Amino acid sequence: MPVTIFLICFPVLVAAGMFFIRSSKVRAWVSYGATGCIIIAVGVLFVQWMMRGAGKIELITEAHTADNLMLGAEVVLMCIVTYLCFKYRKYWVSILSIAPTMLLVYYELRRPSLRHTPYIYIDHLSMLMCLIVGIIGSLIICYAVGYMHGYHQHHKEVEDRRYYFFMILFLFLGAMFGFVLSESLLWIDFFWEITSVCSFLLIGYTRTEEAINNSFRALWMNLLGGCALAVGIVYYAVNAGTVSFHSLIVAGIGHVWYAYIPIALIAFAALTKAAQYPFSTWLLGAMVAPTPSSALLHSATMVKAGIYVLFRLGPAMSLTTTGNMVIFVGGFTFFMASIIAIGQSDAKRVLAFSTVSNLGLMVACAGCGVPETIWAGVLLMVFHAVSKSLLFQDVGATENAIGSRDIEDMHGLMYRVPRLAVFMFIGIAGMFLAPFGMLISKWSALKAAVDESNILFAMFIIFGSATTSFYWTKWMGKLISRSHLTGEMTIDKTKKNEFVSLSIHAVLMIALCVLLPLISGAYVDPLLTEMFGTYQDVLNTKVLVILSVMIAFVFAVPIASYFYFKNHKAEVKLTYMSGINTGDNNGFIDSFGDPKQLWLSNFYFRSFIHPHQLRVISQIVTTAVIIVMEIMVIGGALL
Amino acid sequence: MSLLARILCGLAFVVIAPLCGGLFDGIDRKLSARMQGRVGPSIYQSFYDVRKLFYKKPAVADPMQTFLVASYMILLIMTGTIFFTGNDILMCFFVLSTAMTFLYFAAIISSSPYATIAAGRELVQAVCYEPAVLLTALGFYLATNTFDTAGLTGLDTSLIVYMPGFFIAFVFAMVIKMRKSPFDVSTSHHAHQELVGGVATEMSGRNLAFFHITEWYENVFLFGVISLFFLNNHLWSIPLALAADLVVFFFLVLLDNSSARVKWKNMLGLSWIVTLLTAGVNLFVLMLVHLV
Repeated sequence: MPVTIFLICFPVLVAAGMFFIRSSKVRAWVSYGATGCIIIAVGVLFVQWMMRGAGKIELITEAHTADNLMLGAEVVLMCIVTYLCFKYRKYWVSILSIAPTMLLVYYELRRPSLRHTPYIYIDHLSMLMCLIVGIIGSLIICYAVGYMHGYHQHHKEVEDRRYYFFMILFLFLGAMFGFVLSESLLWIDFFWEITSVCSFLLIGYTRTEEAINNSFRALWMNLLGGCALAVGIVYYAVNAGTVSFHSLIVAGIGHVWYAYIPIALIAFAALTKAAQYPFSTWLLGAMVAPTPSSALLHSATMVKAGIYVLFRLGPAMSLTTTGNMVIFVGGFTFFMASIIAIGQSDAKRVLAFSTVSNLGLMVACAGCGVPETIWAGVLLMVFHAVSKSLLFQDVGATENAIGSRDIEDMHGLMYRVPRLAVFMFIGIAGMFLAPFGMLISKWSALKAAVDESNILFAMFIIFGSATTSFYWTKWMGKLISRSHLTGEMTIDKTKKNEFVSLSIHAVLMIALCVLLPLISGAYVDPLLTEMFGTYQDVLNTKVLVILSVMIAFVFAVPIASYFYFKNHKAEVKLTYMSGINTGDNNGFIDSFGDPKQLWLSNFYFRSFIHPHQLRVISQIVTTAVIIVMEIMVIGGALL
Repeated sequence: MSLLARILCGLAFVVIAPLCGGLFDGIDRKLSARMQGRVGPSIYQSFYDVRKLFYKKPAVADPMQTFLVASYMILLIMTGTIFFTGNDILMCFFVLSTAMTFLYFAAIISSSPYATIAAGRELVQAVCYEPAVLLTALGFYLATNTFDTAGLTGLDTSLIVYMPGFFIAFVFAMVIKMRKSPFDVSTSHHAHQELVGGVATEMSGRNLAFFHITEWYENVFLFGVISLFFLNNHLWSIPLALAADLVVFFFLVLLDNSSARVKWKNMLGLSWIVTLLTAGVNLFVLMLVHLV
């Protein structure tokens, strides 16, 4: 299937082309064309794969030239990183790039005799990742075209390097495809490094001091993961004589001695990529990059690379020390990040923390490694990708319209900028409100936590879901509250291309919610069968019926009430103010006869949620757990 | 349970629950009055009040409010129906929390300062009781290996024997959920207090009537969960369960009348600690037993 090669190489070629296109019109059309091609290619791949029986497909068994090319590219990449590290005087970061690259170069130049393994591997999970990366990623690029245009009109102080920005975006897409389609661990490591460096370059786009500092933080954290990955891969290759990812998982399930260390190290690498504590700061730092193109690229697609690896490792991690480490770090992150999110009023920061938090839940699901949790995790991942992408774009558009991205300023957004508010509502509801998305995943994960007798996992889900509902619900409430509005409409400045992207996302979100049982049966169940061999239904019929009734309810009640209220008009009264209203719901006359303005605000618990403190505590706890558990695994395997 | 029995139970809940709930409410007021040394209203007073509300001319603070209150009510009836037809109890609690979300919207859409503050506190209350409620569902599952309420009552012994910690946590959650003092932070029963009418401040006429009826449904559902701790496959467990309901009910009324409201911060801390110490420890013990 040459289309797989196309998916990896085409974005890279476009990226190279982008470097030479300096006219923004041409760039826009090339971007639209290229993303269209990518979406079509993903569609073609999907159809071809379905026609071949939607099973496991292994491709390319000989690729010496590609291997050598990649080795060369890896060295070039290392040189670029080292150069930038020296340019910005962050010398020590370069070591994290030089060391793993040198290790891999040394290993490959010894020309080890490896068993022949396929380089490309397609199954349900990698196909799903292709769909997410292809569709969401392409839509993000379309959105970025319009957004970056406006961005450079507003921010004259930032040098217009859009050719460079789009180059990185396309390179990133290509690397993501390569990453999820590769079977050879050496290839996986190569694409992993590219995504790390791409995100580093995207974050540093504006070249402000903050951007540079944050980009280097992202770089060293991701490179640290890369180091662990490289060591794990070489260790495995030397001992097992193969670099096949699946053979590693099989070895892990079979408790072969040389599989423990690579799995622990790769899981560690995945934790850095998935922005779990103590590494969550890189994702939050990534928010300084041009909103929301790169921010959402990180939240909706890139962090999923870490999750993808953990899902793959899931069955091998089940009931091992590594698995427990991953569950703890993920569950703890889910809980702590959701508490910190309560204290935030900046919409983008809430989204960032909720991303970290939700990723934590997925990570914990992967660490548990039983069919129920993988089922829950995969669905969470799909919902999260669509919802986050929608919400980030929407917050960006809202910021353009009302000039602020503070949730307090979104008061009554439903009446001021209705279109954007509805999209926001759909995005948030899809993320946490029953009967959508997260609910059913939580149901399944809780059941599995009890089945596995994992009390910590259960506790983290329970307490974390209470705090998660809190910050989402209060945000939704803010959108529909009406008081202290002046009554004037805000001009909706959303551009057409942004609007198209938003609409597609919203439709996707609703379709996912409605078709959930279908998706689960037709796609996720076979995925689990591939992963575990045998598998029984996670969703039993009863739960399915309840779910369907609720979904029907969510759509039927608004429609019914619309028709009812068309005929039955109730008188609208002013609200009670414990004083005389000033003629509307915006204020009242106090006992001295002076008018008092009314101002409503949400709960933020600022008096006892201190983000900095909580972050430091979380980092200390998770670092300690990771170090101790890694030592246990590695020491246990070596002794 | 056969399908027919399940459907009958569900129907019975929809029809009888508001009657029981209203009566409970009346008895609550009567008991409270007696505890305070008053004569108190008739125990049917709640029904008279609600009937009167239906005759009021419809007036709302926001046209959307009616829809939101209606959604709240329908979702709560759904919660109870799922529960009494013997279905998944965890699902049931999820639907319950969705119903709460709609109540929050119904309160906050009115733009009233009092309803908005109360709605915010209602959310804080949800954060307080949700862990205990979800843990209780997990406890049931761990003790019986099923989430189905139909399967929970088929054991030889009452579940309270295995899950006393969960029981305490659930009663604690109920105090918060039913907005009883000392945890009535999101409401007040007297117009002169800081929050006026809590989340219902801006509800009037039929909407307020629906709100009250929904509360009745909710209370019956919560007492249903309490009964679940006591029911087993012997007939004598039914009067036992009813007696337990009455004891818990009396305890709630007594507590309501003998304690002062705490600050919401104290409520948050206290409820999580109590949940961890009772339900958490109980869960731990049950898991250990399972492993052995």
